[in-house]
Amino acid sequence: MTAVPDIEFRGVTKRYGAVTAVTGIDLSVPPSAFVALLGPSGCGKTTCLRMIGGFEQPSEGQVFIRGQDMAGTPPYRRPVNMVFQQYALFPHLDVEDNVAYGLCQARPRLASREIARRAGEALEMVRLAGYGRRKIHELSGGQQQRVALARALVNKPAVLLLDEPLAALDKKLRTDMQIELQNLQREIGITFVLVTHDQEEALSMSDFVCVMNGGRIVQLGQPSEIYDEPADLFVADFVGKTNLLSGTVAGHSGDLVEVVLADGTVIAARKRTALQKGEAVSVSLRPESLSLGAPESAPFKGIVRNRIFLGSTAEYAIEVQGIGTLLAKADHVIGHGNLFKPGEPVAIGFAKGTPLAFPETKNNGTNQRVTNHVEIIS
Amino acid sequence: MHGNRFRHNFLTALLLAPATAWLVVFLVLPFIAIAVFSVGERAPEGGYQAAFTLAQYANLPARATAFWNTMLLAPVGALACLLVAYPVAYYLALRAPQRWRLILLALVVIPFWTSLLMRTYAWMYILGGRGIPALLALVGIEDVRLINTPGAVLLGIVYGYLPLMILPIYVSLERLDRRLLEASADLGATPLSTFLGVTLKLSLPGVMTGFSLVMILLLGEYLIPTLLGGGKVFFIGNALVDLFLQSRNWPFGSAIAITLVAVSVVVLIAANRISTRVSGARRVDLI
Repeated sequence: MTAVPDIEFRGVTKRYGAVTAVTGIDLSVPPSAFVALLGPSGCGKTTCLRMIGGFEQPSEGQVFIRGQDMAGTPPYRRPVNMVFQQYALFPHLDVEDNVAYGLCQARPRLASREIARRAGEALEMVRLAGYGRRKIHELSGGQQQRVALARALVNKPAVLLLDEPLAALDKKLRTDMQIELQNLQREIGITFVLVTHDQEEALSMSDFVCVMNGGRIVQLGQPSEIYDEPADLFVADFVGKTNLLSGTVAGHSGDLVEVVLADGTVIAARKRTALQKGEAVSVSLRPESLSLGAPESAPFKGIVRNRIFLGSTAEYAIEVQGIGTLLAKADHVIGHGNLFKPGEPVAIGFAKGTPLAFPETKNNGTNQRVTNHVEIIS
Repeated sequence: MHGNRFRHNFLTALLLAPATAWLVVFLVLPFIAIAVFSVGERAPEGGYQAAFTLAQYANLPARATAFWNTMLLAPVGALACLLVAYPVAYYLALRAPQRWRLILLALVVIPFWTSLLMRTYAWMYILGGRGIPALLALVGIEDVRLINTPGAVLLGIVYGYLPLMILPIYVSLERLDRRLLEASADLGATPLSTFLGVTLKLSLPGVMTGFSLVMILLLGEYLIPTLLGGGKVFFIGNALVDLFLQSRNWPFGSAIAITLVAVSVVVLIAANRISTRVSGARRVDLI
């Protein structure tokens, strides 16, 4: 006998006219979990969140909140609250009245002293005590975000829904808020459902990540599982940075497959599904799994084209004849002088079994044959 | 740098010149003339004779009935307009299907393309003896009197000024962030509380704009009451026509006009204050 899940989707499909937004979603969120719905725009993650909030009704299937079928229950009767994208704070109310809005809707009415007390507590929780009489437009983006949080938490919902809550914040503030949200979730112990297209945000904050693509759930797991054992090519490419190399299955050796790459190199790779000999595959190699300056036996030799120094690590874009550009990431040890320079030839190796082979699928939408996200992070 | 700024200022001045000239010639100068007339005297043969006296203002109570009627007609008419216009604007902005919206909006505005006089004459016939009362007589309801009643005047006013009320309310509702309505529902507010607590309050600038627009125009209205009300009740508009065109008592007419302008300004300021306070908006847009 397991605990009743806080949120449960059973065979949920949502159509808008001829367009199907999500298809056959089955999802069960255990109590007190921090779950991220992750996916590119248009993958249906926001639709799922809105079906929990009650702003959309499923075309098929059911949504349960704490075991209650929510069919036909309007948003104002659901025990969930949402932090909206760009916050949707009421511009005509000050900070305290925004936070107290939910309390003022309670029937029978709460005493005004009780409302003021609880609104004050909520503001204190998000470290905005003393800001109660400020106007919304007088607050910074980060402060508005915290008002939105306080407003959503003041009614003590069973589940807090967060729709891209950090998208409007700058990078530094976003990192702070990630930690703050994580702490807040542990402190109050209710389930958080976060919608984001930012894989870093999903991996760093949540207990479970639900990766969505094309209206379906592609993989559900802990962040490390999603990153280390992606279910398919889409997840491997979308979550984290990776090198995708095209090749053909040449044979099997034990649990591994041997893949012939475009330049004739044969590498051994793990697989997630059965692969036929001669099948076209994409092999995913994480940048940090590549070791540079390895001995002569290294499978690839290339020339460093770009170096992106990040402090604790350095990323290299390395051109390999016949393969393309590979992204590699190496730890930087102070004083070790282990940085390669652009133009320098370098051998690239990797531990046996680190590559992951996936069948080439035709409808991978966002995938290119060889994807290298060389992204400069300041 | 200085040359640039000079050229910039010169260009701005050049662009503003036509509008400024227009306003000076047709608004400011006539207004000054009216203000001067209002402290003058009626020439023996009619018109204006230079003087400095407040006699005209002291004489205002002579037209108290017209003032009183106008002060009643304007807010009541504007209120009736508002009550009819708000649901229409609400439907257009929040409920009507996107692709119908422009067409429906055009339908609101199109009657404006015909002169108000013609449309009011049309109502005269519709409400008159050979119009609706004749139709009602056919089904056995006899002796219904519609024309020359206060109801007919109100109907004409609502009909004539409706677009002026719908448009500003529509604009403020259209601009309303729909997510605020969702946020309100999410926080437990029923549709009615959401309407009262969010929609209505945030559309108040539009309501106040429409209300003051219609009310100010009604302060000078005399056509509709004359045609549909039988001209038995006098308004400031009638008084002005009479004083300027018939009895040619320009100074007294001017004093009334100035008073009317003063009242309008007070109405505008009050409306602005109210909507700023309630909606939290920092300004009121005229449309």
